[in-house]
Amino acid sequence: MKKTGAQIFVECLLKEGVDTIFGFPGGAVLPIYDELYNAPIRHILVRHEQGAVHMADGYARATGRPGVVVVTSGPGATNTVTGIATAYMDSVPVVVFTGQVPTPLIGNDAFQEADIVGITRPCTKHNYLIKDVRDLARKIKEAFYVATTGRPGPVLVDLPKDVLTDSVEFVYPETVRMESYQPTYRGHQGQIKKALNLILKAKRPVVYAGGGVLLSNASEELKKFVTKLNLPITTTLMGLGAFPGTHPLFMGMLGMHGTYCANMAVTNTDCLIAIGARFDDRVTGKVDEFAPYADIIHIDIDPTSISKTIKVDIPIVGDVRNVLRDMLKILPSVGGLREYKKSLKEWHRQIKEWASTHSLAYTQDMKGGIKPQFVIEKLYELTKGDAIVTTEVGQNQMWAAQYFKFDSPRTFLTSGGLGTMGFGFPAAIGAQIAFPKKTVIDIAGDGSIQMNIQEMATAVQYKLPVKVAIINNRFLGMVRQWQELFYNKRYSYSCLGVLPDFVKLAESYGGVGLRATKPDEVEPVIKKALEIKDRPVLMDFVVNPEEDVYPMVPAGQPINKMLLV
Amino acid sequence: MRHTISVLVNNEFGVLARIAGLFSGRGFNIESLCVAETIDPRISRMTIVTSGDDKILEQINKQLNKLIDVIKVHDFTGEEYIERELALIKVTATATNRAEILSIVDIFRAKVVDVSPRTYTIEITGDEEKISAITELLRPFGIKEIVRTGRIAMARSPKVK
Repeated sequence: MKKTGAQIFVECLLKEGVDTIFGFPGGAVLPIYDELYNAPIRHILVRHEQGAVHMADGYARATGRPGVVVVTSGPGATNTVTGIATAYMDSVPVVVFTGQVPTPLIGNDAFQEADIVGITRPCTKHNYLIKDVRDLARKIKEAFYVATTGRPGPVLVDLPKDVLTDSVEFVYPETVRMESYQPTYRGHQGQIKKALNLILKAKRPVVYAGGGVLLSNASEELKKFVTKLNLPITTTLMGLGAFPGTHPLFMGMLGMHGTYCANMAVTNTDCLIAIGARFDDRVTGKVDEFAPYADIIHIDIDPTSISKTIKVDIPIVGDVRNVLRDMLKILPSVGGLREYKKSLKEWHRQIKEWASTHSLAYTQDMKGGIKPQFVIEKLYELTKGDAIVTTEVGQNQMWAAQYFKFDSPRTFLTSGGLGTMGFGFPAAIGAQIAFPKKTVIDIAGDGSIQMNIQEMATAVQYKLPVKVAIINNRFLGMVRQWQELFYNKRYSYSCLGVLPDFVKLAESYGGVGLRATKPDEVEPVIKKALEIKDRPVLMDFVVNPEEDVYPMVPAGQPINKMLLV
Repeated sequence: MRHTISVLVNNEFGVLARIAGLFSGRGFNIESLCVAETIDPRISRMTIVTSGDDKILEQINKQLNKLIDVIKVHDFTGEEYIERELALIKVTATATNRAEILSIVDIFRAKVVDVSPRTYTIEITGDEEKISAITELLRPFGIKEIVRTGRIAMARSPKVK
């Protein structure tokens, strides 16, 4: 039977197992919206297209399944760009469908026309302009395949209106074969053996794990590998939750705002085992002095990540989970594990000594103002860590990363690569839609929350009990911190001056607003917020305005040159 | 160091933009570029001349491979291959120097492909040095216009021993 492009679109989503999409209608996608009217797919109506992509992104990060977005042409499409770039930098599988003007009008500067395929070429893993309805089903299948395989990433599919109204016999391809796209999943066995031998010779090994561990769902394997060899481990911001944050082998995050212990261990290690991480500049600091004594092993599915910034001694291209499984398989046949563990005793003693500096420390004067770190610790304590935490970007993000302990994978969702303010709230909505019963908290700043605050209406409409904890310092805190430290306290345009009354703002949307201005109000506010199950809660924590994030490695410095409290 | 890279890509619209965007977005340099369909009409070949140290070339190679539309990347550096460029050179030809120009054309095994009362248009193929050499020799006569293609390359077949 013949079907229209719009019908095929819906059929394809159903075949891909999509049950939720995030979108905003408009002229070019009216044929799709007419089909969605009765389709067994849940459509979340957002208030801004950027919000839709961040929601799909949060949904994907929390579940591991692709997030799906539908928006119209022109401004609808261009509004998705920041969201797409965010997902691209953090390798999140999101499939974005944009409407487009009818094919005869493309290139004519038609109403609401934008070359979104051209615009998003550098920030998508791949994108498609469908010019013929006969290609539609195959390309949609390909889009999902490309987004979710290999190193995942966002894929955009541009759908001209006439393609949506044209008809063709619907056949869904069961499989995809792309000659030009065949990711490597199995690591090279010789390299894996070489890597293991190197690790077993090391006296001061360190595991440095990143977001790739989460993307390949390899947390179990990582834990087995690390504990079997008794290896000290640090993770990147993106890797938080990949290894239990409360485990004794965990040294905390490394890098610019990493712990003293993790940075010292990486600086002194003789064998750095990088797993699904990409040596980002916020991790390495001054590249020439990063892990200067180490032989480096690097496991990553993306060959371009290997030896991009730092020369690697043993590269292993493959899926992290497969490679770790292979290593675990070989491990029993390697003798001397017990002696090896014993030989690391001195290294563990040294690490303990570094850890005893307690670089993450602060004092909360119960009669003074609220410290941001205190709020995060209270959130952790009162949720018992059982929550999905998203963040905005800046100080709020770093304090969340430092003071909340993440024991499970996919519970910390943050814009690590692009550093997108306005990410956390919609991402929290996406995660809450995926897990309606879970506590989902967006740790926000008073600046960044305003960048997608309009989604409050979405959260109210779908009765989502997302919690937003605003660390309200009346500043763009991280900018102010850099100005304080490196620009002689010249606070150039980093003080917001005018802020909404967040409590009233939440109430005007139909949510709940709460405020704490004194340390002893923090706990009651959080407790009250956690009890609310049917609508969003905005908690306004009015904190000390000039609190800084420490430790800190000034940009361009080696990571063992930290500013401590 | 200069490298000649052959890239097999899907013959679809937008692929050239992807490749060009990759080079510009990552600060790599394209010195010349040739694109045409291969014997299989679904596939095109791009021959790209670029330069950079080993680290940059490694990235170029990997980044090209990462593009979904790229089927195969081959760097000719360090092996035996034939490379050719083509140039059309329009040179002023007066009664007194026509013979001299023709002898240069002859020496270089080039061809005169168009003649007018005041000009010769010369077609020459060869590697970059050869084309540069004839250009220099013709320059004193007055070059009115020159059009050069990018480089194309093909690996030599293994010799029988």
